[in-house]
Amino acid sequence: MKWLVGTVSETTPETVSAVTVRLDVPDWPGHRAGQHVDVRLTAEDGYQAQRSYSIASAPGSEQLELTVVRLDDGEVSPYLAGDLSVGDQIELRGPVGGYFVWDGDDSRPVLLAGGGSGVVPLMSMLRHHAGIGSDAAMHLVYSARTAGDVLYRDELGKLAGDPHRAATVTLTREPGGSGWDGRRGRVDAALLGEVGWPASSAPRCFVCGPDTFVEAVANELVGMGHEPQNVKTERFGPTGG
Amino acid sequence: MTTPPFDGNVSAGTLSDVFAFDTTMAVTTCAACGDTRPLAELHTYMWAPGIVLRCATCEAVQIRHVHSADGRGWFEMTGVRVMQLPVASA
Repeated sequence: MKWLVGTVSETTPETVSAVTVRLDVPDWPGHRAGQHVDVRLTAEDGYQAQRSYSIASAPGSEQLELTVVRLDDGEVSPYLAGDLSVGDQIELRGPVGGYFVWDGDDSRPVLLAGGGSGVVPLMSMLRHHAGIGSDAAMHLVYSARTAGDVLYRDELGKLAGDPHRAATVTLTREPGGSGWDGRRGRVDAALLGEVGWPASSAPRCFVCGPDTFVEAVANELVGMGHEPQNVKTERFGPTGG
Repeated sequence: MTTPPFDGNVSAGTLSDVFAFDTTMAVTTCAACGDTRPLAELHTYMWAPGIVLRCATCEAVQIRHVHSADGRGWFEMTGVRVMQLPVASA
């Protein structure tokens, strides 16, 4: 898989600590919803740092979008989510991964569960679903720390009333009395059971986020009777949800 | 041992230097305990230095991949009893 060069065409703040970087990548071969890229930065002294970032944009979109959450002690994220300007170039390789993908070629219901930045590849799936006009039922359960950490908040808010796609956001550390009138608390069997489908419907489940979140939610789903092969997982990084 | 923050998904770009197919879709059988699952689900340590993939059940090392500063590389998978290759897509 060869390294390509992407040129930054736009940077959009998503939250106080997250930025969506839009890239123009000549010779981009296209991607599937859920895939990621490896990004490599090279310092003047030749030191290289490499990290993986999920692709936020839907397949077929003109430009590639990555949403990067800045980790205070990160080696790469502070640069991508802070210092990049239009015209800057970064090296990237991909698309990577055929395990954690949703192509939209079957009509089974889809349960997406994202913790923190784990919502990024799931957003590609939601956007792909809209782009192809799929009539498969799709529900995103998204756990974030506080209202200020919620990525794509406006876009998810616009799903209310959509016949095929829905999102439920739950916050784990939002202070009381803050004005947030949505759900609070962790993603647990009760929430999954309320918004998801019974195991007998054989929904496809995609769980992404920090490993504690993925471990807990995947185990809940299997405990609820979902077949392990219907529960795909992707664990990355310590960012919370 | 606590589970690491990553799984095999994140290793696939680097392992594309070794394998000609998408490694996330390969299925490995652990040489230590026989657990069989997609490589994407293995417990993965990045920049360890290099990549280490451990069995999700018994934590035995299945695969290691590392480069030295001068660009030499090593790869070993003695911890894999057998790897089922993904079906080639059309």
